[in-house]
Amino acid sequence: MSAPPPHPDTAALDRRDLAWYVDKLVAVLVFVGGVSAVVFIVGIFAFVTHEGWGFVSEHFSLRGFFGSIRWAPTSTSNPTYGALALIAGTASVTGLAMLVAVPFSLGAAIYIAEFATGRTREVLKVLVEMLAAIPSVVWGFIGLSVMNPLIIDVFNVPIGLCVLNSGLILGLMAAPIMTTIAEDALKAVPDTYREAAEALGATRWQVTRRVVLPAARQGLLAAVLLGVGRGFGETMAVLMASGHAINLPTSPFDSVRALTATIAAELGETAVGSTHYQALFALGIFLFVVTFVINLSADLIVRGIRKT
Amino acid sequence: MFEATDLNRRDARTQRLVRALFLLMTVLLAAPVLLILGVLLVKGGTMLSWDFLFTEPTNGMTAGGVLPALVGTVWLVAIALLASVPVGVAAAVYLSEYAPDNVLTRVINLAIINLAGVPSIVHALFGLGAFVIFFGFGTSILAASLTLAIMTLPVVIVATREALQAVPHAFREACWNMGATRWQTIWRVVLPNAVSGILTGVILEVSRTAGETAPIMFTGAAFFLPFLPASVFDQTMAMSLHLFVIATQVPDVPEALPYGVALVLIGMVLAMNALSIGLRTWLRQKKKW
Amino acid sequence: MSDAEIAVRDLTIRYGQHVALKGASFEVRPHEIFGIIGPANSGKTSFLKVLNRMDTFTAGMHFEGQVEVGGRDVRAWRNLYALRRQIGVVFPLPVGLPLSVYDNVAFAPRLAGVRAKADLNVIVEGCLRRAALWDEVKDRLNALGSLLSGGQQQRLTIARALSQKPRILLLDEFSIAVDPVTTMRIEAVLSELKAEMTIVLVTNLVQQARRLADRTAFFLMGECVTVAPTEQFFLRDADLDPRARDYVEGRFG
Repeated sequence: MSAPPPHPDTAALDRRDLAWYVDKLVAVLVFVGGVSAVVFIVGIFAFVTHEGWGFVSEHFSLRGFFGSIRWAPTSTSNPTYGALALIAGTASVTGLAMLVAVPFSLGAAIYIAEFATGRTREVLKVLVEMLAAIPSVVWGFIGLSVMNPLIIDVFNVPIGLCVLNSGLILGLMAAPIMTTIAEDALKAVPDTYREAAEALGATRWQVTRRVVLPAARQGLLAAVLLGVGRGFGETMAVLMASGHAINLPTSPFDSVRALTATIAAELGETAVGSTHYQALFALGIFLFVVTFVINLSADLIVRGIRKT
Repeated sequence: MFEATDLNRRDARTQRLVRALFLLMTVLLAAPVLLILGVLLVKGGTMLSWDFLFTEPTNGMTAGGVLPALVGTVWLVAIALLASVPVGVAAAVYLSEYAPDNVLTRVINLAIINLAGVPSIVHALFGLGAFVIFFGFGTSILAASLTLAIMTLPVVIVATREALQAVPHAFREACWNMGATRWQTIWRVVLPNAVSGILTGVILEVSRTAGETAPIMFTGAAFFLPFLPASVFDQTMAMSLHLFVIATQVPDVPEALPYGVALVLIGMVLAMNALSIGLRTWLRQKKKW
Repeated sequence: MSDAEIAVRDLTIRYGQHVALKGASFEVRPHEIFGIIGPANSGKTSFLKVLNRMDTFTAGMHFEGQVEVGGRDVRAWRNLYALRRQIGVVFPLPVGLPLSVYDNVAFAPRLAGVRAKADLNVIVEGCLRRAALWDEVKDRLNALGSLLSGGQQQRLTIARALSQKPRILLLDEFSIAVDPVTTMRIEAVLSELKAEMTIVLVTNLVQQARRLADRTAFFLMGECVTVAPTEQFFLRDADLDPRARDYVEGRFG
């Protein structure tokens, strides 16, 4: 063969053009966008810790912080920073909220995922989404001006801003996220499971109870955890509806004060850099760490499902 | 013929009972939305008028309208969107189109989940420490909006990522095989087909942002300012904080006033939500493949 | 340097630990239709993916050995998008992009920088005509390409591949989702295109390879068993690997 090879001038074709450089640039830009989420979460922890570190290093003791119910940062003679009552306040309100929200959310999720069909299902889902859309300050306002007189009338108590009031409200606020995630978990159970069980003559409820719920167990647990996290971190509604009294609650009609509400109520009146200011940031660190652990656990549980 | 046994009949009865119980629970969960809307309408409906929306509060916020708060909320939401949508869309594009299955990607996903779970008051602390003090923006619209932007960033990321992933992979491969770069593929085929899904998420974010109170309390929102903001370094009133203030801090407020403010706020939020839901339903009907 | 259009030497393709193709060596000559036959999971599609470096966009995919396209190692390309523009690809399942029929075909020319409407019109009509689709879609060039029928979408895919002015056309079991009439029309198109480009035809239909391919390779479980002029596969007395003969005669596959 003497004919020259029919190959093109590939070296001339192989030039990096504008599109190539634009592509590389965009790859870097979107990478920065992706990493920004990590930067922000680390930044939040860093800044809150930075502002609160003075308190943690100088005034913090496990006993004084977790063991004392006296939160009196403005006392001139003996300022103390015991967070126990605040933690108890948050815990009691969140606890009551979960008591209400867990059964109702799971019930609603089961109904929407397993029983409801067509239009009913769409309408219910939209209502649940609307519930999630109501701003927390509106919830707080409802607690303050609707629930408060209602509780006073019905239970014949002197004040209606209490664990019951804020717990109910918080329950309604946490319910949509729990319902949505629980519904997703139920829907993730393959239809073949249901069909197999129904072919054996089981009713819908038997299928749900024996097959679907056990299969979706971890997803449901994650839903509950995320609901707890939501309730734990809620601020405005708890601030407005819980009575804001430092108190170890003994009944649902006691007023309490939550961690989040304490920060919201007091931060405006502190001088930047004062011990009180730092103490409020220390509460923030505590809130951050607890919600982080809750979210991490929920994520690990969900990841566990994907693996199996 | 088959005879229904006692056991069958009992199963069927349980089934009906359980079904009714769950329906009841769902309705009880959903009913408060309508109840709340009803109460707000009955008690605050009389306040609604163009004057209420477009005049300033007077007499120590016990009378007049909500104009500065309304305008302030629009400012806050707009700046927050300007900051969060580009970053959020970029992050979603990275996660959906570029990210390899590695540790970093898992860390990013975890960061997003946690960003969504951080209590709003902790976001407020962060905004105060970072934007107000460290970056020196002072209590300003800028500081408050950036705080809101970071707080609602996960909403944009998650919605956008879902919208991107709904575009079939085969379309990408077809473009790549024609010699399109990743970015040309995303820009010409993936994004145009995901844009309505992204929009749905952004509208949802608007609704979230407009209602937030805690993150802006110490970063840029003021109790009362008798003038409209002129730049992003001004403080501003906001609808959500205004409701908190007149409901808890101002004496002698006529009863209907806070209901009226709440009604306007919830009206804004639900209108945005309805828009988002409507768009999604419309999208589902309009199939392109 | 050989004058082969595609030269493969000792090519091994892996997905993670899994080996998809092992030590394959052969050449594809300019302006021939090169058939590749063999049962599923033999490494046929993986081979096509290496030619246009789709391994870079496929998680876990790696290859070793040397693959030259147009006399240049595919790894040597600094701008692999420029390499891909030389190679048109048609998939098993037709993919009409969710753009108008017109924009589908104008996609690659636009990437290449063609802007003038008049020029694009000429390219679009020419490619649609050669893909035997023009008469069916000329009145609805603005309809969505993704909503055409399966057979039309497959011809649209071919028109799109042609719009790149490729030197090489890769077809991966193009007739799987297409009716027999469309298959015959596309086969006729391919026979004509041979004059302009080199065609690699991966097919699950032995008879299709027989009708179209000048030479054919038989892949089996990651091994390139035989490369021979196509008619040799069907000659009783040809010196053929028994596995290839069994496959061609339908004893397995």
